Amino acid sequence: MTDGLMAVPETPMPTRRRRRRHSQWNGLLFVLPSLLLVTIFFIVPLGMAAWMSLHKWPLMGVPRWVGFDNYERLLTDKSFWSSLWFTIEYTVVITIGLLGVAMALALIVQGQGKAISAYRTIYFLPVVTGFASAALLWVWLSNVDTGLFSPLAQDIGLTEGRVNILANFTPAFWSVIFMVIWKMAGFYMVILMSGLQSIPTDYIEAARIDGAKWSQRFRFIIMPLIRKPFALALILCISGSMLAFDQFYIILSGGPRNQTVTAVYKIFNESFISFRLGYGAALSMVLLVILLALSVIQLTFLSDKGPKK
Amino acid sequence: MNAVTFSDQAMAASAAPTQRKGRLRYHTLIFHATSVLVALLFLAPLVWVVLSSFRSPAESTQPPIPPWPMDGFSISSYDRLENFGQSVLHYSGNSLFVAVGTSMLTIVVSLLAGYGFSRYRFPLKGLAFVLILSTMMIPFQSILTPLFLLLAKMGLQNTLIGLVFIYTTLQLPFSVFMMRNAFDAVPKEIEEAARMDGVKGWRMLVQVMGPLVLPGVVTVGLFAFLNAWNEFLAALVLLTDQSKFTLPVLMTAVQHGRYGSVDWGAVQAGVTLMMIPCMILFLILQRSYIRGLTAGAVK
Repeated sequence: MTDGLMAVPETPMPTRRRRRRHSQWNGLLFVLPSLLLVTIFFIVPLGMAAWMSLHKWPLMGVPRWVGFDNYERLLTDKSFWSSLWFTIEYTVVITIGLLGVAMALALIVQGQGKAISAYRTIYFLPVVTGFASAALLWVWLSNVDTGLFSPLAQDIGLTEGRVNILANFTPAFWSVIFMVIWKMAGFYMVILMSGLQSIPTDYIEAARIDGAKWSQRFRFIIMPLIRKPFALALILCISGSMLAFDQFYIILSGGPRNQTVTAVYKIFNESFISFRLGYGAALSMVLLVILLALSVIQLTFLSDKGPKK
Repeated sequence: MNAVTFSDQAMAASAAPTQRKGRLRYHTLIFHATSVLVALLFLAPLVWVVLSSFRSPAESTQPPIPPWPMDGFSISSYDRLENFGQSVLHYSGNSLFVAVGTSMLTIVVSLLAGYGFSRYRFPLKGLAFVLILSTMMIPFQSILTPLFLLLAKMGLQNTLIGLVFIYTTLQLPFSVFMMRNAFDAVPKEIEEAARMDGVKGWRMLVQVMGPLVLPGVVTVGLFAFLNAWNEFLAALVLLTDQSKFTLPVLMTAVQHGRYGSVDWGAVQAGVTLMMIPCMILFLILQRSYIRGLTAGAVK
């Protein structure tokens, strides 16, 4: 009797367990290709970068272990710090410019209707063109002889004669800023717009009835309610701008007088122009730590609790 | 004081219907006038370069005022682009190969991963998911040097395939996240009903689940295509053989000119060539694109 009772549950048990184990393996199989790609083309190179940064690593020849020499060297490398400082300056200016313009655009396109959705599409259109194409377009438009800006400024009497925008730091820098705002504003517009659209209209209506002015409604109702999308836009903008390369490489080639070499550009120069791969890797690690810190701040901002108030 | 406000209110009330309507119409007019003006500003550079690319060789050395060709449409700028290295069709082919390859591989890999993460339980599942997503926090620019060496070691240096692998890896955090959410949104009952009908294994994924997550697949594929088509830095670093160049890398070579002079007509033609496919794809698949963008914002 007891044997029989024991035997009943025993028969289905192994098959069920086997099936579960089988399905576990299946799950891993489905995920495996993505894990392989991430491991081979991300995790391994990441480890290699850390390893390389401790070596003197020429393109040809044998790498030599130098410990923390590369890091010591970068502490006193003025050109690296000035490139990092320039990147931060650029990030501050472009973030204010981009989010300001994007906010204005988002307020325009948050509504419904055929015309509004056409505006939305048009404002967004430059986003889908690449940074390289947009930069190439701009380098032509900014050209002093065959471009648009200088001849146009001369024709409408803004300047006497043609001014070479790209020859001096200030106009060159602002030309790039305008290009990036033109190209990227639509992107942040959509993020902010999704926030604006999620605000119940009752809130705004109620405030209007209570006599709140437009500026008050914006400051005390709209801004707090789109805090999350705004924080997301802010962080995406900051971390994207800290990695700027294409526009400065293509439009200005780091000039005039190497004043517009960004951090990534500096790494590119060290690694692939001077072929100091070890030193380039050390610079990369510094940039990586900065970006990682930014990401951690992002996570605290975007978590449901938000930053400590 | 009180009396004044009362009478004001009374007056406002009586005048309200017509006056308010008038003011509203005025506001709408201002709103649309501003919006159209801004739209023209945003369109101007695109229109300028596309129109200018059709000017004759003589005109293309002049400032683009006005941008349209004055002595007849000409495709000579595109013809001259042919003379850089191999034909421009060859480089467009390179770009297309990388973009289509990346989008195909991204779709397949993220479809599988999304299904696995959504429907199966396996050891270290959470860790694996976080691992894939966390690569988003690390700038790929910082691992470019080792990638260069790694591709060389794997015999993939200077190959478009190598670039496809790297671009796909960069797309994975976004794509896997998208696809897992897409599968999560499919009710389990549908799968169970299909299983009752005897559908199993691959057929389940391809025939039953596939159509249900199609919007996610389109979004993932579209982003992968556009990013791969437009990517510049990795292509610049990893492709050293001129015959392997993608369009952005080729165009910077054109931009730097030969014999000290730059053929701006060819630059305009190249920029047009790079931009038009992206804009067409976006206009057709706008909804999928915006969905992908807002998925990140909502989460």
